[in-house]
Amino acid sequence: MAEVLVYVDHVDGAVRKPTLELLTLARRIGEPVAVALGSGAENTAAALAEHGAVKVLTADAPEFAEYLVVPKVDALQAAYEAVSPAAVLVPSSAEGKEIAARLAVRIGSGIITDAVDLEAGDEGPVATQSAFAASFTTKSRITKGTPVITVKPNSAAVEAAPAAGTVEALSVSFSEKATGTKVVSRTPRESTGRPELTEAAIVVSGGRGVNGAENFAIIEALADSLGAAVGASRAAVDAGWYPHTNQVGQTGKSVSPQLYIASGISGAIQHRAGMQTSKTIVAINKDAEAPIFDLVDYGVVGDLFEVVPQLTEEVKTRKG
Amino acid sequence: MSLRIVVCVKYVPDATGDRHFADDLTVDRDDVDGLLSELDEYAVEQALQIADEADDAEVTVLTVGPEDAKDALRKALSMGADKAVHVEDDDLHGSDVMGTSLVLAKAIEKTGYDLVIAGMASTDGTMGVLPAILAERLGVPQVTLLSEVSVEDGTVKGRRDGDTASEQLEASLPAVVSVTDQSGEARYPSFKGIMAAKKKPVESLDLEDLEIDAEEVGLEGAWTKVDSAAERPARTAGTIVKDEGEGGKQLAEFLASQKFI
Ligand SMILES: Cc1cc2nc3c(=O)[nH]c(=O)nc-3n(C[C@H](O)[C@H](O)[C@H](O)COP(=O)(O)OP(=O)(O)OC[C@H]3O[C@@H](n4cnc5c(N)ncnc54)[C@H](O)[C@@H]3O)c2cc1C
Ligand SMILES: Nc1ncnc2c1ncn2[C@@H]1O[C@H](COP(=O)(O)O)[C@@H](O)[C@H]1O
Repeated sequence: MAEVLVYVDHVDGAVRKPTLELLTLARRIGEPVAVALGSGAENTAAALAEHGAVKVLTADAPEFAEYLVVPKVDALQAAYEAVSPAAVLVPSSAEGKEIAARLAVRIGSGIITDAVDLEAGDEGPVATQSAFAASFTTKSRITKGTPVITVKPNSAAVEAAPAAGTVEALSVSFSEKATGTKVVSRTPRESTGRPELTEAAIVVSGGRGVNGAENFAIIEALADSLGAAVGASRAAVDAGWYPHTNQVGQTGKSVSPQLYIASGISGAIQHRAGMQTSKTIVAINKDAEAPIFDLVDYGVVGDLFEVVPQLTEEVKTRKG
Repeated sequence: MSLRIVVCVKYVPDATGDRHFADDLTVDRDDVDGLLSELDEYAVEQALQIADEADDAEVTVLTVGPEDAKDALRKALSMGADKAVHVEDDDLHGSDVMGTSLVLAKAIEKTGYDLVIAGMASTDGTMGVLPAILAERLGVPQVTLLSEVSVEDGTVKGRRDGDTASEQLEASLPAVVSVTDQSGEARYPSFKGIMAAKKKPVESLDLEDLEIDAEEVGLEGAWTKVDSAAERPARTAGTIVKDEGEGGKQLAEFLASQKFI
């Protein structure tokens, strides 16, 4: 059976959920061979084996952390040359997309980014994508070279499928270009203890209607009662009420949770682009004409300062 | 020595319009007004600020696109760019990112550059990978997705805010940079700027000028193929209630009925 390379997104050996989803998709096309790079790479093997990786190629070198993107491209290319895979799958993070794109140029392949589903096809893997702020769904293929595809979080269910997961050291020789862009310093983000926005099953977002940084406590309280991640519209982010990392939309994160709750958000096209594919959508807005109500499964026309705290209390009561 | 900055700008269908696909499954450009991609205005703005800081700099805006894409170049010129290059050729219709990047790279080399600045993503294709591909093709450092950027003594520095960390980056020129919408509001063209733009040079290039084979680009030469495009079914109309004091409880009842609580 053909092998499929899966690029592993991990933090010091802890595999992030989108990579496990990729393994589910990879198994539809062939046998997953994982590539894990950087500090803790070898510690990823158990989780990857548990979810179907037949092999785990690992490499660690200071270059991965000290220089931007290119050392990882060099390593992925080395893995590509060692394995001759039927396809290369990479998680659709900002960095993942850049790594995938540069690899595609090097190996003379086409690239598809931000797939939301993947199936095997007669002429190679068929990727489903959302277009025009998720108002269209397209199906595409790569027609030149080995398909390189990046896949968005929440595109497939994580499935256990135990496989060997044999760890092999990948030997990488860095290109001259690898050290072109120096990472002078890195300030890690502080953890909020809440689920990762793009991976969360429930997202609770606030917009301009929240009217102040301090009022985001109301949104956070609702999120915490539901075990949800917190999102924000660009208007709220631009006003400095909530960090940009939490922005949902075209120039923020795109989320596709089971439940999305929008409070004080009008539903501009650029916001919809990042949340329209959520399974269930709920909105609270005092303006009955707000476009967000076109998307909702359930909407409350009302003041969020009344409705949200009442909802939070009720959730807590029901959960006991 | 003069600092030569090339800004890549894309002409895109207005995102607030009713965008759709043409019969050949390329982006329909006829039924929706086009404009300079809003995300590329940030690239033009940073180019102009970097040029202001430099002793001697020249800002060239570059687009690959149909005849109407001149509008995008005009807008960038009216913001303050010095000159424009328009790559236009019927054989370019339907190019994907590999084709477009090939053309842009050749046009950038022909124009001459020390610094290339692009937007974080196009508002129609939204891939966000073209700047990285350009760096790969040009063989120069990639300093992308910056929310802050500056150039000093032949070095470009910037801040990249990622998912897990915020990084300070540094590379020597020549380099390819892309900037996010966090990099600072783009200026509006002034009346004077709009008038001045009319007299600024716009150079037109075609595939022959760039010594690119028609087979390498366009829909036929694309590395990817769209087999189908379907409009997402409209969401079924939901229940909308007016809060009469019990809105939060009603919402909780709905969430419970859907097994969220
Ligand atoms: C290139 C580009 C990229 C963009 N990218 C993004 C993006 O990634 N994400 C994004 O979100 N936006 C993005 N935008 C901006 C987008 O166009 C909108 O401006 C933005 O989404 C508006 O945010 P909002 O809904 O919070 O604010 P508004 O549109 O001002 O809406 C606020 C809403 O709150 C309601 N409200 C006010 N007070 C209350 C109250 N007490 N109770 C209940 N409801 C209340 C109002 O009725 C209103 O509907 C982008 C724009 C451009 C041009
Ligand atoms: N046809 C084009 N002409 C000029 N620049 C482009 C073109 N397409 C993309 N770009 C540039 O590349 C960036 C990223 O585009 P993309 O990878 O298509 O999302 C854009 O913000 C532009 O700066």
